[in-house]
Amino acid sequence: MTTPQSSPLRSDTSRGPRSSTPQSSPLPGAAENTGAAPGAKPYAAYLLGLADDAMVYAQRLGEWMTNAPQIEEDMALGNIALDLLGQARGLYPYVGSIDGTGRGEDDYAMQRDEREWHNVHLVEQERGDFADEMARLLWFSAYQVELHTALTSSTDDVVAGVSGKALKEVRYHLDHASLWVVRLGDGTEESSRRMQAALERVLPYLAELFDDDEASVLAAGLGAGVLPSTLHQGVVDRVTRVVEQATLTLPDGSRWRSRGGRAGIHSRPMGYLLAEMQHIARSYPGATW
Amino acid sequence: MSGVDTTPTSATTPAPPVTASERSWPLWEVFVRGKRGLSHVHVGSLHAPDAELALRNARDVYTRRQEGVSIWVVKADDVTASSPSEKDSFFDPAGDKIYRHPTFYDVPEDVEYL
Repeated sequence: MTTPQSSPLRSDTSRGPRSSTPQSSPLPGAAENTGAAPGAKPYAAYLLGLADDAMVYAQRLGEWMTNAPQIEEDMALGNIALDLLGQARGLYPYVGSIDGTGRGEDDYAMQRDEREWHNVHLVEQERGDFADEMARLLWFSAYQVELHTALTSSTDDVVAGVSGKALKEVRYHLDHASLWVVRLGDGTEESSRRMQAALERVLPYLAELFDDDEASVLAAGLGAGVLPSTLHQGVVDRVTRVVEQATLTLPDGSRWRSRGGRAGIHSRPMGYLLAEMQHIARSYPGATW
Repeated sequence: MSGVDTTPTSATTPAPPVTASERSWPLWEVFVRGKRGLSHVHVGSLHAPDAELALRNARDVYTRRQEGVSIWVVKADDVTASSPSEKDSFFDPAGDKIYRHPTFYDVPEDVEYL
């Protein structure tokens, strides 16, 4: 098991803006690794929510390599996945310094079981057709644009730094998804029907992004995080503009909604995702190349 | 070929089936400017359904390692190219006109940048 200091991936994270300065945590005493400061656990859970969303969605998007409609789209989705992976990597070692465990990015990504993951159900759902992916990417990247815009003024320098870098990336992701939703929605009869169906299938998984759980309330109270509910309108506005341009209809309301991801309660696909993602690291502990 | 003529013989031959590559997106030529002050240089080609997506695909395929600061995409069909079969008449006549190269001057020693 690697520590943050010895992780083979570690050197890369130091390139991120201000990403290796745990002493800037808004929680007094959180950086010393001698144990977690009061409030550290929910704050760490908040940051894990951000990191795990990115990590799990990176894994899902990576599945499109060799499966997208054209090799150019393989590359595009692969690039987006790598951006998200980088966002997660910018946060994991920092979380390790806050929760007092000193864990590194490999520990968080490869050694946690399902109940320890804080991502929303949206990102763990199985890959559908291409329209499903564009619907999910449209919503998730619109959410991330609003999120990282807000977090660039975080009182936590590490979070502000990661978000400043991420914002440029997620704007491009939103642009990519928007172009495709418009082309499929305003394309042929079949593409329009399937894009509309995808917008309806993704709907139950959206509310979870905007739930104010205990961790986000604490993080927002510190000025380090943002209340998810305050992002909702901005996200809906962004998505609505794209959906209208695509001559589609934004479905209003779903009969059910997902819950529990931020608290570690996941849906069936999550276990399979983790098994595939983690099995090498778990079968050969400490393996490097 | 073992003596069998596989050349299609005009009118009686049915139209060949549409191949996957014919159904797919059109081809675009990609030009990238490495940095300010340099010209755009042809770096390759890719498929995309339209110009806007061609530009983004070019960004993802050809500038992942910070190769450029500006990208042009041009539909391959819109490029008028000289034909290899015309190579002789196009280029050979310039071959014996060495007086077109400015090599017949004595350059004074203290003139820089000439």
